[in-house]
Amino acid sequence: MTAVIATNETILVVGGGISGMTAALEAAETGKQVVLVEQRPYLGGRVTQLYKYFPKLCFPTCGLEINQRRTKQNPNLTILTLAEVTGLTGSAGAYTATITLAPRYVNERCTACGDCATAVEAEFADEYNYGLSKRKGAYLPYRMAHPARYVLDPAIIGTADAEKAKAACKYDAIDLEMREETLELRCGAVIWATGWQPYDAAKIQPYGYDRFPNVITSVEFERLADVNGPTGGKIVRPSDGKEAKKIAFIQCAGSRDRNHLLHCSRICCMASLKQATYVLDAFAEQAEVNVYYIDLRSIDRFEDFYNKVRANQNIKFIKSKPSSIVADKDGNPIVHGVDTEGYNRYAEPHDLVVLAVGMEPAVKKDAFPISVQINREGFIEAAPENGGIFAAGCAADALDVNRSAQHATGAALRAIQVINRVARAEV
Amino acid sequence: MAAEKKFAGYICTGCGISERLNVNQLQTVATREGKIAEVKQHARLCAPDGVQLIRDDIAAGATHLMIAGCSRRSKMEVFNFPQVAMSRANLREGVIWARPNAPEHQETTQEMAADYIRMACAELKYLNIASPSAEQKLNKNILVVGGGVTGMTAALEVAAAGYPAHLVCDEGELGGAWKDLYKRVPFRAAASEVPNGRDVDLPLPEEPGIAEMIAQVQANQRITVHLNAHLAKTSGAPGRFAADICNTAGATVTENFGAIIQASDFKPYDAQQLPEFAYGKTPDVVTNFELERLAKAANGAPLKRPSDGKVVESVTFIQCAGQRSEQDGHLPYCSGFCCTESIKQALYFKTQNPDCDTTILFDDLRTPGAAGEDFYRCGQQEMVTFSKGKASAVVKNGAGLTVKFKDLILNEDTELNCDLVVLATGQVPNNGPDPYAQLAVDEAETEEEKEAARRKLEVAPPSILNLDYRQGTDLPQLKHGFVDSHFICFPYETRRTGIYAAGPVRRPMDMKQAMDDAAGAAMKAIQAAESAANSAAVHPRVGDLSYPKFRKEGCTQCKRCTVECPFGAINEDEQKYPVFNESRCRRCGTCMGACPVRVISFENYSIDSVNQQIKAVDIPDEFSEKPRILVLACENDAYPALDMAAQAGIETTPFVRVVPVRCLGSVSLSWITDSLSSGFDGIVLMGCRRDEDYQCHFVRGSAIAAERLSKVGDTLTQLNLEPERIVVHEVAITDLARAPRLLNDMAATIEKIGMSSFKF
Repeated sequence: MTAVIATNETILVVGGGISGMTAALEAAETGKQVVLVEQRPYLGGRVTQLYKYFPKLCFPTCGLEINQRRTKQNPNLTILTLAEVTGLTGSAGAYTATITLAPRYVNERCTACGDCATAVEAEFADEYNYGLSKRKGAYLPYRMAHPARYVLDPAIIGTADAEKAKAACKYDAIDLEMREETLELRCGAVIWATGWQPYDAAKIQPYGYDRFPNVITSVEFERLADVNGPTGGKIVRPSDGKEAKKIAFIQCAGSRDRNHLLHCSRICCMASLKQATYVLDAFAEQAEVNVYYIDLRSIDRFEDFYNKVRANQNIKFIKSKPSSIVADKDGNPIVHGVDTEGYNRYAEPHDLVVLAVGMEPAVKKDAFPISVQINREGFIEAAPENGGIFAAGCAADALDVNRSAQHATGAALRAIQVINRVARAEV
Repeated sequence: MAAEKKFAGYICTGCGISERLNVNQLQTVATREGKIAEVKQHARLCAPDGVQLIRDDIAAGATHLMIAGCSRRSKMEVFNFPQVAMSRANLREGVIWARPNAPEHQETTQEMAADYIRMACAELKYLNIASPSAEQKLNKNILVVGGGVTGMTAALEVAAAGYPAHLVCDEGELGGAWKDLYKRVPFRAAASEVPNGRDVDLPLPEEPGIAEMIAQVQANQRITVHLNAHLAKTSGAPGRFAADICNTAGATVTENFGAIIQASDFKPYDAQQLPEFAYGKTPDVVTNFELERLAKAANGAPLKRPSDGKVVESVTFIQCAGQRSEQDGHLPYCSGFCCTESIKQALYFKTQNPDCDTTILFDDLRTPGAAGEDFYRCGQQEMVTFSKGKASAVVKNGAGLTVKFKDLILNEDTELNCDLVVLATGQVPNNGPDPYAQLAVDEAETEEEKEAARRKLEVAPPSILNLDYRQGTDLPQLKHGFVDSHFICFPYETRRTGIYAAGPVRRPMDMKQAMDDAAGAAMKAIQAAESAANSAAVHPRVGDLSYPKFRKEGCTQCKRCTVECPFGAINEDEQKYPVFNESRCRRCGTCMGACPVRVISFENYSIDSVNQQIKAVDIPDEFSEKPRILVLACENDAYPALDMAAQAGIETTPFVRVVPVRCLGSVSLSWITDSLSSGFDGIVLMGCRRDEDYQCHFVRGSAIAAERLSKVGDTLTQLNLEPERIVVHEVAITDLARAPRLLNDMAATIEKIGMSSFKF
């Protein structure tokens, strides 16, 4: 059984992505007791799946290494992975949370030696790579996963593979008897940092994401470009493995759109500019990048990055929301639309189309375990009615990494304010 | 620590270590050569019984642990014994995973492991258990500089957490640059139940709330407000800052603080630099800031044209006025707040007269997020005209104005007549002088350079913090005059520990963001004050109790440490000896690397702790065909890259001996020269990227190391060694394939140029 000691001076952080990690660490490093609950088997969230950050084009794992070291060393922080908050009752200073823990089938004795993965045979689509590659049924979610502990896919439980994995483990780390657990804990304040998910591109019917293999999403493109990703960083198209030198980025795919997400996801313009550099770097003079946009939102200091990227001869910006995509017989997606600067029609073939899909809140509007103020788009608004519950990062709005960390740091303080009031009242 | 050191050693035989290595031989190395009397083997040291074994030894008095097994990055949470000193020999990722499992490689693989054991034992001897300096006590007072919305919010947030705040405002009343707002842009998006459709209930401009905020600040028992005040001098360090708060009447009070928040906000851009838009030539061209005052004065009544009092029936907003432009005197960046600001102001006109023609001329309309886009939609719903166009000129046209612009949609030059033009001008950070500009004056070598630097400083704004620091009076700046910030992962990291920038002084932002930002800065300030009280480092070496110790008698007053410290942590006394400020220090070790006479060290990281590792490596003779390559690798990027490369099964030459370093900036040249003279054949330094935007939390360490290394050529020449034997690489944490390749390349180079002749 998992045992967690918590009191009404404990801060519960829901979500272990960059926002949740930041909030948890800032509070724990100020001496507060923090329980961090993460649904995935590891921390870091969507940041772990990014190849580079804009605007510095540096690597997310660099900052993550620091954050992971901070979590490993902090005695005030308890981390629960494969865990979800399924119930929350009470008010500021006195909450009770119900947490459901899914079985990992691997305990903390795991040394991450990898013998179990070698022993098992069945393969599954690798969710870390958005299904662009396969993984085994016993797996480390990704190379830098923290906790650095393997996971057994529930699908192999009861199969020969599970027994093989168990037999291969020299450390008694595999426990096939693990079952879902529920635990209750007290806390004084809650930081809600459940983040975002990419908008389902298949819903944008005219773009044919579900019909054309060479129409992919921006999050998938991150994995394609990653030197340690499924293609070793080769920018190739899914249909035939051909190098994708001519690429269209379609901005606001499913965003700022009455048929889809109403909001602007803030990050997509910068993300596409960043991804354009992947293409321009990979193919130099042979690269051809077309960015179809409504408004280029390289806000504040990001303008420098926009200027740098657009100075390249091989990138073009077309003010247009494309109307449709069709594929020719070779699988080349052809982007149709009207360039609103001058009203010219175009039908432009590309090797690959990347849809800059928006961010939608990971938790659906009706799925919050306790009443909080939510706006039309499903983001949590800061409000006194929320009591001791504070949104951090993309649970509050579509934010980039920097703004998420900034916002999460503030959320940590707001939680501490509640905890300190509780502590003062008890003195 | 005066207490006696008691050593204990452990070799984990799990994860294939015992299958691949002769562990008994390693144990002998640890006891005989490493001089650790008690060395235990354990089949899985990280399992509960293994950890208990270690705990029992600590309980029995062990103070220094040598743990051989996996990488120091693995199982860190299990092998976490803050009360003792510890070294770890990386046998798993560093040796067996990095080397092929074949009999012909057995000998070199074993040698590699034996060396790592020797190195870990040697390092351990020179580690001390860090003890708190108690240089400062808990001081919960937080100083907030700036009486605008950001500063007031920061003070209120600090107070709400139970900490006292002093708010220093340079004006006679609180409120700052936003105090004249008539309304503010709504903070929220449409409510949950609002349908997706036209003519729905979307948030409108709302009361600015500034008067209420001022009242809250004034009523708050934990907040002391200093009006008409500035900081005449700020000295000390987190936990013991002393600030002389001086008012215009000449009275000075000195208060002590745990940490500081700089929330000096912004200054409105000077529109006098926009003559093409007729600003200053007619009162009917106003800036967005000026329009707020007009709207506030009108207080809901129709807005009138300043020149003749005619009710405004048509108004044009020119976005990006003097912004997003490389033109001289313009701001190159986007101020981020002006698009929603103009929508709000257009609604002022629409609210009192729906027939008023309100046109927003924009290039890219930037209304991000849920609230931003709903507000844009609100503007459209209220019939504000959004026109993609670039204004080129504003001219008088009778009693009215004509705006000339290029319509980007119709792709033609056209014009528009209106009663009033509003220029959406931007934010200029209200910051002090670049501290390194002052330093440039102090340290100019020629009179000419000094004069040039002085001229630059003359146009610099007055200081805000007046820090009594060796490295200048104010926070360092990154770009466009905004103060420093790590910018992606750690937005609040500045190069002046315990002083946090909040709001538009850090990057352009709107009011809501500034308020959120103030809360974050308040968090960091409280944390800095609390950490200082425990003598513990803040980010990124959180909780580290060590701090630089220096031997004054050896010091030559060369000032390199005081100049190179990325955090301005070191002052100088009258005799130019360094004065360390422990709670300003981030423990990167750049001062240690800078010191030519090796008098600076940390208890848990020192000249000796690395040098002894280098000396512990067994150097085979010149004819052995077994070169030795010393690798000094950044512990945050290069070292993990090598670990993960091994994890991925990528092979590395068996001739490397890798020593993780906190930062390349901490690398002492003595390590280089000593390793060469003790017979190493090659040296590879692996640090982070060094270009215009600094990447690292330790700022310029990699660049500094490269600079220092460029001067090592003389040493090589003296020793009659080839320059190729030393290389510095920029290595990223993602360089799984590249990092081992760079090491293999060095092995190949040595094979080509031959072994070093310095083998004794």
